[in-house]
Amino acid sequence: MSAFYDVLQKYSWEEVRQRVADQSRGDAVAALEREHRTVDDFIALVSPAAAPLLEEMARQARRLTLERFGRTIQLYIPLYLSNHCTNFCVYCGFNHDNKFQRKMLTLEEVEAECAVVAGWGFRHILLVSGEAPAMTNAAYYERVIRLVRERFAQVSIEVQPLEREEYERLVAAGLDCVCVYQETYNERRYPLYHPRGRKANFQYRLATTDRAGQAGVHKMGIGALLGLEEWRVDSVFTALHLKYLEKTYWRGRYSISLPRLRPHAGAFSPNDPISDRELVQLICAYRLLDQEVEISVSTRESREFRDHVMLLGATSMSAGSSTEPGGYVSPRAGLEQFAIADDRSPREMVEAIRARGYEAVWKDWDRWMANS
Amino acid sequence: MFLQIANKTFSSRLFMGTGKFSSARVMEEAIVASGTGLVTVALKRVDAGDDEDDLLAHLRREDLTLMPNTSGARTAKEAILAARLAREALHTGWVKLEIHPDPRYLLPDPVETLEATRVLAKEGFVVLPYVQADPVLCKRLEEVGAATVMPLGAPIGSNRGLRTRDMLEIIIEQSGVPVIVDAGIGAPSHAAAALEMGADAVLVNTAIAVAGNPAEMARAFKLAVEAGRLAFENGLGTRQRHAEASSPLTGFLG
Repeated sequence: MSAFYDVLQKYSWEEVRQRVADQSRGDAVAALEREHRTVDDFIALVSPAAAPLLEEMARQARRLTLERFGRTIQLYIPLYLSNHCTNFCVYCGFNHDNKFQRKMLTLEEVEAECAVVAGWGFRHILLVSGEAPAMTNAAYYERVIRLVRERFAQVSIEVQPLEREEYERLVAAGLDCVCVYQETYNERRYPLYHPRGRKANFQYRLATTDRAGQAGVHKMGIGALLGLEEWRVDSVFTALHLKYLEKTYWRGRYSISLPRLRPHAGAFSPNDPISDRELVQLICAYRLLDQEVEISVSTRESREFRDHVMLLGATSMSAGSSTEPGGYVSPRAGLEQFAIADDRSPREMVEAIRARGYEAVWKDWDRWMANS
Repeated sequence: MFLQIANKTFSSRLFMGTGKFSSARVMEEAIVASGTGLVTVALKRVDAGDDEDDLLAHLRREDLTLMPNTSGARTAKEAILAARLAREALHTGWVKLEIHPDPRYLLPDPVETLEATRVLAKEGFVVLPYVQADPVLCKRLEEVGAATVMPLGAPIGSNRGLRTRDMLEIIIEQSGVPVIVDAGIGAPSHAAAALEMGADAVLVNTAIAVAGNPAEMARAFKLAVEAGRLAFENGLGTRQRHAEASSPLTGFLG
């Protein structure tokens, strides 16, 4: 099974929660002053005790980010391939029980979508799909990757967990990056949110990054769905996961995403919603733990929030996103996974980045980087 | 005194990287202010086949040699492929070889770097490999045809200065090709110190790119490099290890 699962066994959710709660202001100050930080310091920095130190955390996070990434923000765009899904995730618009028109793109439709977003300037693309292996499987992804590879410098996927051999095939086809979010690291409560379907298997999902790492995937994105369970505890486990991956698959590059559930009427309500201020604290804590990890902030977040976090730790952003299959060629309401909050066009986003004294970077990857 | 690398001579001993700037225009202003004649650009950042690439457009200057680098390559195989693509697209045989499989500290892989240098030098490339400050490795690279060696002062982007000073001194003493101290140079005083020691040039990026005013910081580095070199040419580097007495110590022997 998963090697990271073995690491996870050394920690209990309750103990980590207690450790977060027990942190003092002195612990947080000490963590902030340390030059080389560990996950122990991260625990102090995400704890409520560090909240009064937020401005100082932000200053240090900014300095570390500037040193490593310079005054740049990388841009990427998601391309939704399919919203067919056999899972029952209680928080997700693609839930199998939701009755709406499902769509899976043909290769011709993928090509048409690619032409639109490449025309906007994008060179990094993230292929997204629900889990419906009878339709969207490794063979399909392989064909899609070979196709989009022609236009894009970096090709990422955010689809169902695959087998190691399948990742090897996709890497050979030109895959650069696998994004897979554990949603929550709380194994006991995970089934509440993923009651049926293949995704109900916590351990198989957790081992995905090990299978991808063994298959030689160059870059991986991880994260928890913030608000599902206690976000501070899930973030500590995400940090442990990151450090494990950096040590085990040491040639790999890593990215953290911080999707958050927001309370709103009629939908699934988060157990532990994370506020703007707390999300900034979390971004800073990740940067203080890890100078080189990419931090990605999607169009789920508002324009005002994104314009500020690009100054203190975020390094990668999407823009002009549609979360429905086929949405770039012919936008229609009703097929999307979630409504986006920042609806600026890519051009407007580039201007906003420039206005902050930063450069929008369309391309920071190349085909030959997948040639090992 | 000019610095000669392969078939080119450079009047400035300050070389520059082109990443991390807030815009291509700010980068160009810094390049001009630095007086540099050689800049390196990450291949992964540019659309080499696209004549309208914004970054490249600001780097195509008559007084500037453009040297692509293979940052992002993890193996010799990837770096070799990248160098060949660069030669085709950018019409240059110069390549700064960067093979750092570890994305955390970006430390160069000596095994892969030696192998890629061997292959590329045979194919006629002008190869400037980025390496650890390892004197033996630097000699091995020279043997397989490296045009220079580029040992690091400290990890890339760390601004920590000449942490590898003792090894750099040995490399400078032994090298038959120019020694360019690359990475870790965070302040003009670090650059001056490298030139005082006898390094042939330094390569600076982060310290200039993320400064409050990159063009002014570039000018500060320019002055420091000139000062360091002038001091070296006037005997500073040698005086430390071979002190000169004011009158002969053995004069009494008659």
